[in-house]
Amino acid sequence: MKQCEMLVIGGGPAGLSAAIEAAEAGVQVVIIDANEKAGGQLFKQIHKFFGSSMHRAGTRGIDIGEELLQKCKDLNVEIWLNSLVIGVYDNNVVAVDVKKSLTEHELVKVQTKKIVIATGASENAVKFPGWTLPGVMGAGAAQTMANFHRVLPGKKVLMIGSGNVGLIVSYQLMQAGAEIVGIVEAQPNINGYAVHASKLTREGIPIYTGYTIIEAKGKERVNQAVIGKVNPDWSIVEGSEITLDVDTITIGAGLKPLIGMAYMGGCKLINDRFLGGWAPCHNYNMETTTKNIYVAGDASGVEEANTAIEEGKLCGVSIAESLGYLDSTKAEELKKAIWNRLAGLREGAHGTERTGAKQKQLEEYTKAMEG
Amino acid sequence: MNLQQTGILTKADLVEAVRYPSEERMKKGPVAVCECMQNIPCNPCETSCPFQAIHVGENISNLPKLDEQKCTGCTTCIAACSGLALFVVDKSYSDEVGTVSFPYEYQYSFQIGDKVKAANRAGKCVCEGTIKKIVNTKKSDRTTVVTLEIPIDFVDEVRSIYRQR
Amino acid sequence: MMRVTSHPVLGEMKEIEWVNITVNGKPMKAKKGEMILAALLAEGIIVNRYTTKKQEPRGLFCGIGQCTDCMMVVNGIPNVRTCITPVEEGMTVEVQDGLGKWRGDK
Repeated sequence: MKQCEMLVIGGGPAGLSAAIEAAEAGVQVVIIDANEKAGGQLFKQIHKFFGSSMHRAGTRGIDIGEELLQKCKDLNVEIWLNSLVIGVYDNNVVAVDVKKSLTEHELVKVQTKKIVIATGASENAVKFPGWTLPGVMGAGAAQTMANFHRVLPGKKVLMIGSGNVGLIVSYQLMQAGAEIVGIVEAQPNINGYAVHASKLTREGIPIYTGYTIIEAKGKERVNQAVIGKVNPDWSIVEGSEITLDVDTITIGAGLKPLIGMAYMGGCKLINDRFLGGWAPCHNYNMETTTKNIYVAGDASGVEEANTAIEEGKLCGVSIAESLGYLDSTKAEELKKAIWNRLAGLREGAHGTERTGAKQKQLEEYTKAMEG
Repeated sequence: MNLQQTGILTKADLVEAVRYPSEERMKKGPVAVCECMQNIPCNPCETSCPFQAIHVGENISNLPKLDEQKCTGCTTCIAACSGLALFVVDKSYSDEVGTVSFPYEYQYSFQIGDKVKAANRAGKCVCEGTIKKIVNTKKSDRTTVVTLEIPIDFVDEVRSIYRQR
Repeated sequence: MMRVTSHPVLGEMKEIEWVNITVNGKPMKAKKGEMILAALLAEGIIVNRYTTKKQEPRGLFCGIGQCTDCMMVVNGIPNVRTCITPVEEGMTVEVQDGLGKWRGDK
């Protein structure tokens, strides 16, 4: 059986940061990533990040991705690509399906001391008549196509949802050459930051607040979208329907943590809508209720890449400490600084609810361990 | 209809929040306008300013505060702002024309001297303008800063180049 | 043509190395190393499969290998997620009907 000290499931911003932090202290790390290239969703995030200038704010996600990969390389972090973790078992054994070709797979078992679940999140769907038509897709899917694969998924796009993902992806599709027909938001207010909305409105993009998607029309591809104003009881205001010619409808309806591995590992989960749904409870060290299993990034509650990076670092420091590579004074100092930065990132217009949810997650951990 | 419903900021909103430079200051020369009205955990505007004219403070979610006396209108902050919410306006040119500088992250073919249609914060074409400056340095990291000369009455309104739909 | 050849942030696309693939019996060029789904999308092909019961078309939905809406028959193997499978010289790609059939199956 392959041996390692720390195994990270998922090589996105959280997983890479956890690996870097631990490897810097001397821990032997293996990252398992299901994709052809590690970096998670960073390589489609071509915008400059918010945050503190001290920690890469103002840097584009793609550049942060390259930086993190380079650091892993410099630190000899082993990254397995095209490799999918299919099981987390007792005594820290992990089963990995390594894809060699279209038909060849190899099953490898790894014995590790510590596991970090950094599996990220998946997009929520919104169901409406016609939602399965080709041309109707996740906002993230459209972003992947335009920014990563550099193929436009469509030319006339209607975005459903005005959260930051919906707003940013609309902007980026426009940068790639698509026309944004409009953005539909069922709530009375725009959900994401106003600055992201203003980037679109000054290009003349209408934001239909208080509207919802009623239907996608088309045979082999969507060619029309029908939207309408919503009443407080979610029925449609009679006569408010608008039909828009589109070839693409993108759905930016939020994300939910990918918790399959945490569930398999027996970690206690809690449900909170500000975490994006079910997410594992964890302590101050990001360790879940299952000893030796840690969690970081969107898998521990959906936030942003900059918070994922900080949570990853927390895991890295805690694990290095636990394995004896960092003395507890030094580790405590590092952890404190990270928690302070996390608190800073969770301030502001959209931070209060998230801070509350993250607090609850810590409290539920304590309750579970006491009970 | 307010910003949260429409996504469209107005000068009146900014003035009301005491976030628009004074007429007096604009007449003296270029000055930054921080069109950032929500507490976002973000501070590159502060750290990028060579003149310490923008203050955010230790809590990075504070709204940026401009010291209009320290600001020279150098436009460094425009490309530094991750939210693309910083602009520089100048009403010191003459009584007829002024300029507005804004971030522009799209493919473009215009050149200095070209006449273009100018758009307000709602994307409506409000006047014609002349491209005065196009800056795309290594430091601005692929955010082009465009300076447009427009009739002075539109300096507080124009924020982009009109997009044909 | 849906390729984003020039981009304000990503820059100009580097010179493309092409491979030849066959899609539904017709020859097509694809960018070396790109995902099958991206190659098809660039040519405006957006239906990847038809559902088993209702014969409804399906195409790109998640783009990162989670949802299985883009599964096609590749080199005679059904249920291949085309959004995470790169093209190879000489590859054959077919729209999948229902659960799909292995090459040689009746």
